[in-house]
Amino acid sequence: MATTIPTTAPAHRGVSQMAIATAIMVALLAVAPFVGIYPVFVMKALCFALFACAFNLLLGFGGLLSFGHAMFLGTAGYVCAYAAKEWGFTPELAILLGTAASAGLGAVVGALAIRRQGIYFAMITLAIAQMMYFFYLQMPFTHGEDGIQAVPRGRLFGLIDLAHPLAIYYTVLVIFVAAFLFIYRIIHSPFGQVLKAIRENEPRTISLGYDADRYKLLAFLLSATLAGLAGATKAIVFQLASLTDVHWSMSGEVVLMTLLGGMGTIFGPVVGAFVIIALESYLAGFGEWVTIITGVIFVICVLAFRRGIVGELAAWWAKRRG
Amino acid sequence: MQALFGQLLIGLINGAFYAMLSLGLAVIFGLLNIINFTHGAQYMMGAFVAWFLLNKAGIGYWWSLLLAPIVIGALGVVIERTMLSRLYKLDHLYGLLLTFGLALIFQGLFRNEFGSSGLPYQIPSQLTGAMNLGFMFLPIYRGWVILASVIVCLSTWYVIERTKLGSYLRAATENPALVQAFGINVPRMITLTFGFGVGLAALAGVMAAPIYQVSPLMGADLIIVVFAVVVIGGMGSIMGSILTGFGLGVVEGLTKYFYPEASNTVIFVVMVIVLLFRPAGLFGKER
Repeated sequence: MATTIPTTAPAHRGVSQMAIATAIMVALLAVAPFVGIYPVFVMKALCFALFACAFNLLLGFGGLLSFGHAMFLGTAGYVCAYAAKEWGFTPELAILLGTAASAGLGAVVGALAIRRQGIYFAMITLAIAQMMYFFYLQMPFTHGEDGIQAVPRGRLFGLIDLAHPLAIYYTVLVIFVAAFLFIYRIIHSPFGQVLKAIRENEPRTISLGYDADRYKLLAFLLSATLAGLAGATKAIVFQLASLTDVHWSMSGEVVLMTLLGGMGTIFGPVVGAFVIIALESYLAGFGEWVTIITGVIFVICVLAFRRGIVGELAAWWAKRRG
Repeated sequence: MQALFGQLLIGLINGAFYAMLSLGLAVIFGLLNIINFTHGAQYMMGAFVAWFLLNKAGIGYWWSLLLAPIVIGALGVVIERTMLSRLYKLDHLYGLLLTFGLALIFQGLFRNEFGSSGLPYQIPSQLTGAMNLGFMFLPIYRGWVILASVIVCLSTWYVIERTKLGSYLRAATENPALVQAFGINVPRMITLTFGFGVGLAALAGVMAAPIYQVSPLMGADLIIVVFAVVVIGGMGSIMGSILTGFGLGVVEGLTKYFYPEASNTVIFVVMVIVLLFRPAGLFGKER
């Protein structure tokens, strides 16, 4: 399938520019708690930024639109929360277990979903995610509408007490930055290049001898795993795993973050996540207006703003430099 | 036995709505190559138009069956002309994203106004009561819904597969440029097809109003099930959409009787099985 998802090729901007931009981002995030920015907000945004980056790996670089990514966020959240609360796992093990659960689910769902392409792929992932939603709604261990509450944050490696606000903040930051660099590495690896080739022209890539399905499956698996890492981290941070995280509206939200920030860009999903989370916390008291404004942003992005914030900025920058 | 037939009836009713909605999706997909995520919201708005007509203007069920599809269909035409038509040259996924955004807007607006509880809608006086079939009591309205939806589905099938207009439509699905070269106004046909598909959703909404109550989220979860129905049937054939819709409704009804815990998920499980053995869908062809 020929795709026309606009991208800004990061290669020509040079590795050093990327390194500077990443360093600035990390520095800003590292000092955020000391300049009066509410750490809980940043942690929430970081979890969603990781979620969106994972999603972007699949959509922006693989050209595959999953409309069910909430199932990976939610599954990891539930498994992590359950392991930490009921089995007394330390946070790093609970997060690892949750992430592994999403990886397993990702392998199964990915193998099914890549059997169809384009629009069907989106519908299949959405339908399977809805199935998982009903599964978690009915399973006793998730406590249905209440969710798994009061998940202990515990001690990281049995040493560092994550109840301390700065300890949990920097733990989340380290997880995010590590995953972000990992995704950057994937995109710029030979694997990432083949993935982009498949997105641009699948039949041609196959004719060059690449097994497109294997690449797509691996991309799906990686994306699901990293989305799971986001979900598991989120469960520890907010001490909660609930149905919100597996609902289809969450799948829509991550699409929106990626679209708004700029799909196929490295920083786009991060920017998109921060904007959307900020918007949601400002509009929290206005009921359904959040949904309506979310919808309006979707429409505007699709009709007039397809490159997203980071994509537009990059295009403007490139134009300015000639 | 009573309970089994009861569940089968509910299954058939659900199937009637699956069939009408997936039919609309298939018709739209055939010509526009987009999946209309707003379909569920348009089904909901069809029901609300009927509710408004009855409660604000005193216009009853029968007129609503005609007026609601026209109103919502016209809204669909506006959406197609002003927004969707700009996306045809792009990846099909943008159509999905746009209609998803529109669905959020519509559902949000109605929830702001009406909350999430349902509003009752009276069964029209001609269709109240029940019929004794010997083995079970059939509420007349439910019988009517099944009958009416079969008629609607079959007439749609007839128009598309057996009339001249339908042949233009099928030709434009295969090769729009060539059909345009023969002097047929394809963009207008696309617009009207979208309006028609959306109108079908609104019609289903009116028919659903007395059964499920009228509520802003009545279409939100339904549309996901209908997507699964569409994946199972494959969108290649009109008759396939109809049969899959009714068939899966019955499967769901039977599941409710024999293993109620799985009734929410059975259609998705069927989808997974179909994907394993016939990825293109029961009636579909790879495209």
